[in-house]
Amino acid sequence: MEILMSITVGVLFMVGTYLILTKSLLRVILGLMLLSHGAHLLLLTMAGLKRGAPPLLGQEAPFYADPLPQALILTAIVISFGVTAFLLVLAYRTYKEHKTDDLDKLRGTGDE
Amino acid sequence: MNNLVILPILIPFIIGTVLILFAKYHTLQRVISGITVFALLGISIYLAIFVYQEGILTLELGDWPAPFGIILVADMFATMMVILSSIVGLVCLFFAFQTISSEREKFFFYPFYFFLLTGVNGAFLTGDLFNLFVFFEVMLIASYILIVIGGTKYQLRESLKYVAINIFASILFIVGVAYIYAATGTLNMADLAVKVALLEQQGVLNVIAILFLIVFAMKGALFPLYFWLPRSYYGPPAAIAALFGGLLTKVGMYAIIRMFTLIFNHDPGFTHTVILILAGLTMFFGVLGAVSQFDFKRILSYHIISQVGYMVMGLGIFTPLAIAGAIYYIAHHIIVKAALFLFAGATQKLTGTTNLKEMGGILKTHPLLSWLFFISAISLAGIPPLSGFFSKFALILAGFQEERYIIVTVALIVGLLTLFSMLKIFIYAFWGEQKMTEKQAKQKVGKLLLPIVPLVILTVVLGFFAEPIFSYSLEVAEELLDPSIYINSVLKE
Repeated sequence: MEILMSITVGVLFMVGTYLILTKSLLRVILGLMLLSHGAHLLLLTMAGLKRGAPPLLGQEAPFYADPLPQALILTAIVISFGVTAFLLVLAYRTYKEHKTDDLDKLRGTGDE
Repeated sequence: MNNLVILPILIPFIIGTVLILFAKYHTLQRVISGITVFALLGISIYLAIFVYQEGILTLELGDWPAPFGIILVADMFATMMVILSSIVGLVCLFFAFQTISSEREKFFFYPFYFFLLTGVNGAFLTGDLFNLFVFFEVMLIASYILIVIGGTKYQLRESLKYVAINIFASILFIVGVAYIYAATGTLNMADLAVKVALLEQQGVLNVIAILFLIVFAMKGALFPLYFWLPRSYYGPPAAIAALFGGLLTKVGMYAIIRMFTLIFNHDPGFTHTVILILAGLTMFFGVLGAVSQFDFKRILSYHIISQVGYMVMGLGIFTPLAIAGAIYYIAHHIIVKAALFLFAGATQKLTGTTNLKEMGGILKTHPLLSWLFFISAISLAGIPPLSGFFSKFALILAGFQEERYIIVTVALIVGLLTLFSMLKIFIYAFWGEQKMTEKQAKQKVGKLLLPIVPLVILTVVLGFFAEPIFSYSLEVAEELLDPSIYINSVLKE
């Protein structure tokens, strides 16, 4: 299971990196989204995908699943959701102002 | 166990939330936020004195014991940074009262100002790696909004890059957290320090250390990850640029120093040499950028980069004297940099431009402003007896003691070039022919100077009372170089 997850993470990072290197603004944002998903899955996988009882106090079970990565991934997902929403709005405003989503044209000339 | 530790985080958070409700009442917002920053400064000074006398204070949130729950730790380094953030927060707010347009105020300037302070103070005080990530995000989201508020064409274009780069750095931060959790099974910083020392595979630790170095270098603008800084700091108005230039990059510095003294001290021969090389390159390329520019704000932004190099140089040399020099330098830099950015704002309000070639002759019309700027400028360049001299002196002395001659040479050259480019600003903007119209020349700047004067006084005080302040930074450095004090007070072994 860990191997499958690792491959998934690898594919997400690969596609994300490819998209970040493109010229279109929207694709860069999509790339960042995929990268953050990859990072979240990595966080989950790195803690080990053990099968066990839910980590509640007072239960009898041979071993329990690690609750921490789930708490971490939840927090990270919420943060990345908010930031992505902000980035989309920002990109839309930039598109409206500059009338382009080509990153070459958004470079700005020199240090004006 | 003391609830005092959480106050510097909680107060700006609650006030920021309350201020959202009063979005339409600008005067009320100003009054509330003005009172709050003074309260914040008082509390952080009280906290620092308390920690200085009683030792490290910790707060276990929700009463969960240390390695399991989230913990807040206030040691001398953290409390010093909290004081500095409150000082900068105070002066920039009072500068913003006079320079921020009412449109920006309408779009929740004050709430996000306080959320930024929440994140900064939280990042200083937390003792948990993932919590550090969360506070970084709180700070960054607030900074995204402050940097784009106003929405000019330039701001939109450059802040888009700023946001994208910071999101990328945050993703790498999560990856680093994932790896270190896989290697050690904990995220509490004190517990990490213990487990890292026990871990046998140093190779994987070096990889994780460099990953974290990249993450914080991106936030702290180290070579080669500084390219976003000069352009994005140029866009927003001076009060926000001063807050960012003084405070925001220093949070990255704080995280680097904390991580590489507490957790990743397993192989200084490798990690700290990498840091030292980066420090030299950062200083050199930063100052080259500054020399080549002809714009008040841009020169200052490039100087941030070169001076971040000095702080990291102290960490790279890794002796008590060097770390003390770096800490002194951080204190000096936060104050002087904020002051210089506010000067940029004041002259911009006066002349309507930041281009040095269109300025000139401010010395005749506004002598007080000019000479105060001169004091801060030579303090930044490191002329004795001002604060910049003593911090650089400690760093260079430590470099000689450790026989790191290359970095010392670079540091001295950079100091010279810094002086050169600061004098360039002085000569072009303040000296020479008057290029302002008569109407502009008659403007009064007394009110604008009010927030700047305390900072200039502070940099003079930091210079003339170098002895007690330096012994304080030495104590901080010794505390940082002996992680067992931190570990014992968190884990209570």
